[in-house]
Amino acid sequence: MLFNEPHPLETRVLTRRFGKPDTAAIEGYLADDGYQGFLKAAKMTPEQIIEQVKISNLRGRGGAGFPTGMKWSFVPRTSPKPKYIVVNGDESEPGTCKDRVLIENDPHQLIEGVLIAGLAVDAHAGYVYIRGEYRYLIDVMDKAIAEAYAKGWLGKNIQGTGFDFDLYTHTGAGAYECGEESALLESLEGKRGIPRIRPPFPAVAGAFQCPTILNNVETFCAVPYILREGGQAFADLGIPKAGGTKMTCLTGHVNRPGVYELKLGFPVKQMIEEVGGGMRNGKKLKAFIPGGSSCPVLTASELEGANMDYDSMAARKTMLGSGGVIIMDEDTCMVKAALRIMRFYAHESCGWCIPCREGTTWLKKILTRFHEGQGTRTDINLIGDIAKNMLGRTFCPLGDAAAMPTISIVEKFRDEFEDHLNGKPCAYEPAGVVTV
Amino acid sequence: MADLVNLTIDGRAVQVPPQTLVIDAAKTVGIEIPAFCYYEGLSLQAACRMCLVEVEKMPKMMTACTLPVAEGMIVRTETEQVKQARKYTLEFLLTNHPLDCPVCDKGGECELQDMVFRYGAGESRYTEEKVHTPEKQFSPVVFFDAPRCILCFRCVRICNEGMGVNALGVINRGVVSEIAPNVGDHLECDECGACIDICPVGALTSGTYRYQTRPWEMTHVGTICTHCGDGCKTTLGTRNDEIIRGNNRDRSGINGEFLCIKGRYAFDFYNHPERLQAPMVRVNGKLEEVSWAQALEVVARKFDATVSANGSFGVIGSNHTSNEENFYLQKFAREVLKTNNIDHHRTGDVVTLLDAMSGTKSQLATVADLYDRKAVLVLGADLALEHPLLSYQIRANYRHHQAHVYAITPGEVREDKYTVASIRVGGGPASKKGDLGVIPGKEVGATTSGPGSHPVGGPGVVPNAEAGAHFDPVNGPGKATGSPTGFVVPANVKSITGNYFDALESLRDQLKAEPELVILFDDSIKGADVRALVEFAESLGIPVKFICLVDYANSRGAVDMGLTPELFPGYKPTGASGMHVSEMTGSDLDVLWVVGANPLKGAVKRKAGFLVVQDMFLTETAQQADVVLPAASAYEKSGTVTNTTGEVQQLTRAVNTMGAKPDLEIMGFIAREMGVAGQLGPWVANVVFEEIRKNVRGYSLPMPVIATGGAAQSMPVNGRIAVDDLSALVHSDHNGLFASGTLGRYSKVLNSVLESHLSR
Ligand SMILES: Cc1cc2nc3c(=O)[nH]c(=O)nc-3n(C[C@H](O)[C@H](O)[C@H](O)COP(=O)(O)O)c2cc1C
Ligand code: SF4
Ligand code: SF4
Ligand code: SF4
Ligand code: FES
Repeated sequence: MLFNEPHPLETRVLTRRFGKPDTAAIEGYLADDGYQGFLKAAKMTPEQIIEQVKISNLRGRGGAGFPTGMKWSFVPRTSPKPKYIVVNGDESEPGTCKDRVLIENDPHQLIEGVLIAGLAVDAHAGYVYIRGEYRYLIDVMDKAIAEAYAKGWLGKNIQGTGFDFDLYTHTGAGAYECGEESALLESLEGKRGIPRIRPPFPAVAGAFQCPTILNNVETFCAVPYILREGGQAFADLGIPKAGGTKMTCLTGHVNRPGVYELKLGFPVKQMIEEVGGGMRNGKKLKAFIPGGSSCPVLTASELEGANMDYDSMAARKTMLGSGGVIIMDEDTCMVKAALRIMRFYAHESCGWCIPCREGTTWLKKILTRFHEGQGTRTDINLIGDIAKNMLGRTFCPLGDAAAMPTISIVEKFRDEFEDHLNGKPCAYEPAGVVTV
Repeated sequence: MADLVNLTIDGRAVQVPPQTLVIDAAKTVGIEIPAFCYYEGLSLQAACRMCLVEVEKMPKMMTACTLPVAEGMIVRTETEQVKQARKYTLEFLLTNHPLDCPVCDKGGECELQDMVFRYGAGESRYTEEKVHTPEKQFSPVVFFDAPRCILCFRCVRICNEGMGVNALGVINRGVVSEIAPNVGDHLECDECGACIDICPVGALTSGTYRYQTRPWEMTHVGTICTHCGDGCKTTLGTRNDEIIRGNNRDRSGINGEFLCIKGRYAFDFYNHPERLQAPMVRVNGKLEEVSWAQALEVVARKFDATVSANGSFGVIGSNHTSNEENFYLQKFAREVLKTNNIDHHRTGDVVTLLDAMSGTKSQLATVADLYDRKAVLVLGADLALEHPLLSYQIRANYRHHQAHVYAITPGEVREDKYTVASIRVGGGPASKKGDLGVIPGKEVGATTSGPGSHPVGGPGVVPNAEAGAHFDPVNGPGKATGSPTGFVVPANVKSITGNYFDALESLRDQLKAEPELVILFDDSIKGADVRALVEFAESLGIPVKFICLVDYANSRGAVDMGLTPELFPGYKPTGASGMHVSEMTGSDLDVLWVVGANPLKGAVKRKAGFLVVQDMFLTETAQQADVVLPAASAYEKSGTVTNTTGEVQQLTRAVNTMGAKPDLEIMGFIAREMGVAGQLGPWVANVVFEEIRKNVRGYSLPMPVIATGGAAQSMPVNGRIAVDDLSALVHSDHNGLFASGTLGRYSKVLNSVLESHLSR
């Protein structure tokens, strides 16, 4: 099983069935009130379903935190075109590993969420787009889909409700950019994974140019609870303007890394000390990334009083993002961290637009040289300057995602860059070893 | 005006129609917003980020190339932030650019150079190693130098959207993204070179032009392509009396920037090593080079003697020579040689169409109509292969205006990808068309479909390239979105065993519902069929325009200028009989005079007592001649030609070939030698054209339009043309993309492309 030991401070809503024997099987899901949210929704009007999702204050869990109910209400339900539901299971943001456990442990919860979305916008087909590297998850998902068909939870006239729905899996080919919603849709349509010009947004012209709801796996997984227990119950779990729980991936230098389901607004300090079991080897915390490598880095002092929610992070000029928390201790070389992050973005830039395509690789080259001790003082400003010239100017947010952590690291850890000057070896690397 | 949008750009009030993009709105007041990936007429990309501008109330800078105007919008294009963004975007671009401008074909005409000059930084802060990949050859005419590429995706779009071929794409990602050809390491396409032409930098280069010259060393001459009947304007770049390049970058002709492989490269026949440069006279059974004076004398004396002896003459004219030459030739034949045996190879039944149309509401269409009219019906022809420009226009009409296109053809055609309805007639073998042409020493079989228009799907359906596995297509035509959208309407292809008229009847209701229609037909429809077609069109009760397809640059002009026994110039019946081409070659005339034609091709033995041939090459006909007079090509003379839609355009001499003379001049010298020059009038192209304007029905055209390189459509003949139905003489050569009758054999480029296509 790919799930760490649960922690008592968790609020287990999406993960409520994790740890049960054979959790992925449909029998177990049905025994635990599975698909009851769908049956309830089938008796409601689309407006009522969307209203419950709005009340729940559910915000997209893919990174941008857009209110889900509002997104669903943008779909022109009266359009003569077919509508589609697309699940974003491309999970590639460094530090993020929550969608995989949701699919692996409770795939039927995802299917139910998709079905409810289908009811809400009158869609009759959906796709679960799964990251190429998650090959094994496609088997899990395919098996669950087959079970659902066999037991009448997918297909024609589902459980006598008169509602038809077909669900398919689709695999990516290993590109972070295909997690970006419009690039995902291109990839789903069998084309090169490059983003589209928006507007139009997927709600109006998504898959095959038809109205489409596209949400993250975790977002869909929250929906059955909302329908089963009511939007208000979900909202009450969180804080105002952000309902429910957040799957939080604690990674890096803590004693108990893992995926934990925490209420929105959970205090960062408590998360590290108690849920994560404190810093590894009693070291001091140096840097903190709240939601995947695309977010600006915070220092230990900036974390005073911080909570894991959208506003608290925004107040610190960073983002809750995908919930991929990365914790770095005092032995971490921040130049190397910047380099490691930039290697990722240079590798994943789709190449569509100039600032991201050229900027990421340029930065990677400078940072590599810099970390090897070949940097000059002007390079430090240059790194920040290049990143600033990417920020806000690229076609899609990947360019921003590469720029933001870089800018924050140069600003907040400038002294570490100074320490690498004049051919000095990296103080954090064992002598002579330079690995990235 | 109420329906205009008001906005402010750099403090200037701008009024434009709704949906105008900010980048275009700025142009209306003379403000340039720099752009690489934006290209008028192609789908939007927003990839290069050069066009970022500030818009009040928007948090970030916006791409002017994708932003539609809005009422009250305030745009700033010259702020510090905007200028700085441009500078750094260019700096980014140059990081991996080789900056090999000194040896680059594009140096001096390069948009990247111009942008850096105007908006760039004086220096680069880039000190890392550049990404480098070696140069590749994609085809005989297309080379690719990846490091110079700025990934603006213009080439990909012009090939996919403009040509409908889809042969270029992108491989890899990030900084190593690269433009790649469709089949492994090479291109299988129309070889039109549009990708090279549209490339803003020197990344795609031409197999014939690369490393030949610096652009500023050339002189540019705008003239008309001599190959097919579409009549594209081509701008020839010449240096030291040599043509080195053909393109139409200034988009000045009826073809805009379009040229097919023939217009762009196949001017090269003009300096083929076998080009004739001296007159020849048969001495003791062998052709021997002589002086012009000697040769002209032999011809004149023979003509004189035959005229005095009341002997028989035959005159065969050309599909390539100018209107002036054709006019002068028929006058020469009729007035001096006193013969009505004058004809040319007829490639489309223009005569019956004009006659059938007279008194009806039907009109003749122009090339522009194919882009503007709401519906187009193609009968018979595989346009993409035989009339590339017309095919391009229809495609653009579909992409930009969602025109309704119908195709009734024997085989698959490229138009099938977006037709409302495609009908395969005949039910027999798919097609007998699309002959690739002939390579010397190698006969080429027929292909059903040209490169790039590979048959898709079995009979009945053309699969929707855009559709996903579980997709039930109900969407509309492709719109410019972020990705290069191709053609998303699945074609409705039906196969019937009936003929063209059965097919037309089955479309009657659909066609009736169209607001207007342009009908194109080739030689599959002739004689009575043309009349029936016009009748069918009239019965639809909608405005219909026609295009009768003809093969070569001046096929239409040859009929207009009276190169037939039955008609004088301007379709005035002669009322006299005369021999047709095959009758002339088949009978023992005293003298046969062939100007720019090859009627004896394919082992036909000469019968005439004396044969005079004016040509550029020693064709099968010239080989059997008694006198051969070396003629200038279309690129070496001035005059006018009339294309398949009846549009008259001007030829401008680009170069000279030593020893060869324009046919008009040759005829003039013969007349002078015979002492009839005064009777026939001056043999100067513009004087003859004046005579044509005054005397030939339909040709009283506005001179300023033509003289400035424009096209003026000749007016249809109003009134019946009372002649016998001679449509049996009409035969199109159906030249494919890489063939051009006899002329094509002498083009190195066409041959190398053919050979490379055949050798794979
Ligand atoms: C470069 C990039 C990568 C992304 N990767 C993912 C991803 O792997 N999974 C995901 O759910 N959203 C990803 N997103 C966000 C999606 O574009 C989209 O906002 C999200 O899937 C919407 O779902 P939500 O509203 O449920 O969050 C990515 C965005 C960008 C710009
Ligand atoms: S920012 Fe540009 S190059 Fe980077 S991933 Fe997005 S579209 Fe592609
Ligand atoms: S080859 Fe030329 S046209 Fe094509 S993407 Fe590169 S720069 Fe643009
Ligand atoms: S051959 Fe025809 S289509 Fe091609 S360039 Fe010449 S006139 Fe245009
Ligand atoms: S011209 Fe607007 S982004 Fe390229």
